[in-house]
Amino acid sequence: MTSVAEKTGAGRTGLTPTPPGAARRAAGWARRAPLLPALIFMIVVTQLPFVATLVISFMDWNAYYPDERGFAGFANFRRVFTDVNMRDAVWTTILLTVAVVLISLLLGLGIALLLDRKFRGRGAVRTMMIAPFLVVPVAAALLWKHALYNPEYGLFNGGLSWLWGLFGSDDPPQPDWISNMPLWSVIFALVWQWTPFMMLILLAGLQGRPLDVVEAARIDGASGWQIFRSMTLPHLRQYLELGALLGSIYIVQNFDAVFTITSGGLGTANLPYTIYQIFYQAHDYGRASAAAVIVVIGTIIIATFALRTVSSLFREDPGR
Amino acid sequence: MSTSVTRTAPSHAVPRKKDRGGPWLSLLAWVVGILFVLPVVWMVLTSFHSEADAATNPPSVLAPLTLEGYREFFSGGASPWPPLLNSLTASVVSTLLVLLLSFPAAYALSIKPVKKWTDVLFFFLSTKMLPVVAGLLPLYLFAQYAGLLDNIWLLIVFYTSMNLPIAVWMMRSFLSEVPVEMLEAASMDGAGLAKTLRSVIAPVVMPGIAATALICFIFSWNELLFARVLTATVAETSPVFLTSFVTSQGLFLAQLCAAAFVVSLPVLVAGFAAQDKLVQGLSLGSVK
Repeated sequence: MTSVAEKTGAGRTGLTPTPPGAARRAAGWARRAPLLPALIFMIVVTQLPFVATLVISFMDWNAYYPDERGFAGFANFRRVFTDVNMRDAVWTTILLTVAVVLISLLLGLGIALLLDRKFRGRGAVRTMMIAPFLVVPVAAALLWKHALYNPEYGLFNGGLSWLWGLFGSDDPPQPDWISNMPLWSVIFALVWQWTPFMMLILLAGLQGRPLDVVEAARIDGASGWQIFRSMTLPHLRQYLELGALLGSIYIVQNFDAVFTITSGGLGTANLPYTIYQIFYQAHDYGRASAAAVIVVIGTIIIATFALRTVSSLFREDPGR
Repeated sequence: MSTSVTRTAPSHAVPRKKDRGGPWLSLLAWVVGILFVLPVVWMVLTSFHSEADAATNPPSVLAPLTLEGYREFFSGGASPWPPLLNSLTASVVSTLLVLLLSFPAAYALSIKPVKKWTDVLFFFLSTKMLPVVAGLLPLYLFAQYAGLLDNIWLLIVFYTSMNLPIAVWMMRSFLSEVPVEMLEAASMDGAGLAKTLRSVIAPVVMPGIAATALICFIFSWNELLFARVLTATVAETSPVFLTSFVTSQGLFLAQLCAAAFVVSLPVLVAGFAAQDKLVQGLSLGSVK
């Protein structure tokens, strides 16, 4: 990696000390130069497509009817706004994201507190806890769908049979998990994957806690709950916010679990899946783009608030 | 680091009193850990069972082990090697590109910061918040027009843009760890940029570079949506292969588990080997 650093750094910034006076602008560009490749790359690859999306959203464009391409005005937007599926998708997305983030954050907090203590095999338990996060998301979704939820031979119903069998019953409940509670099936699979993520961030936060103060409070007779409420929780606040923010960024965009476990059926289609469907299956490019534009605008509104949170998390240090 | 996240001495250095509910809480921790790892263990165990034993109810935990599932996966139908190699190419090349682009950028955002560097930093993060699905269609149309559909390089470029913001944030946080005095001392000694990079900056940021690379590798390896839309038979990656693999099989649970395990193995190995790096990476470098 050293060679990479040398090459890029040396090549772009140059090491000539700033010449006095006139060349200040040149110095400014020398500072900016190392930034430009990344910045230009990001603008070209992520911003230009959005411009294209914006243009297409005002067009009549369906790949099935290539001859009817043309200007559509706001027709696509009207169709998106009056589309019941889109409205459902918005709610599904919100519910899915909030449920997964909240549950995995709470579970993660509990487990982080358990793992913050010293006990035999703590390292082993931590390693076990991380495992779900390291399974490729599609593989995890397939695993939950077929090996766990399957009503005939899945582990859940298999476990129920076994448990009932212990008590001599041969009539165990065998629910069809995915059909009975489709959205929660997706939520549980995602909670399983994201709890380790939250746990890791919160555990790192707990271990950065000034322990002498906690110790002093304990000697002064503060109860465990009091210490948790008035010392641990405030200290963890920024880590909780960080976990919630990063979790939301990823889960709001979730495609893999919805696509794999329910194929968006039974009221589980979230926005990414719905847009994918309009584009990939209906081939209605205009409508897909209009939906995308609306989602982007919505995201910008929410992200403005979120970014404010991040900027308080990563307080700036004075420039050098 | 510029965050408000305070770091103190690592907790294990501080002696702790044993608490009273101890054994029960330890037991609870073990139970929870086992519950979370159980699906993974079940996946691995099932992958070594025969198809008949994999699909019983109640489960046959102690059924004889066999490599049948793996044999079927590797030589049964379509070979999994091309998708695995595609995934490897896309992940490794895009990770290298990300490092190549993010290091100088992070340098210009921390050690010799440009004006309004915070705005630039937040621009990078904001691209991460925009729904990727909104860029899917134009990218697809462009690829179709340029004849780049089913081309691994298209995915590489996309994965680079997907991970670049994260990498810039992480690298910046690691680079701002480099003590200013050391940089000044180096420049007083007349050390050039190359030497400064090698002898002052590299030792401090090397762990950060490793953490960044790990995260970028994992995210590229895992990606499904774009790979599914932008590739077909030639550039297909392993997550896409996994999704297509299910629909065509009859009794397939052992084989599916074998496939899921094989595809997850690189991430599992890398993630377990570098657990601490994982935390650093996931928190964008704010937790060290």
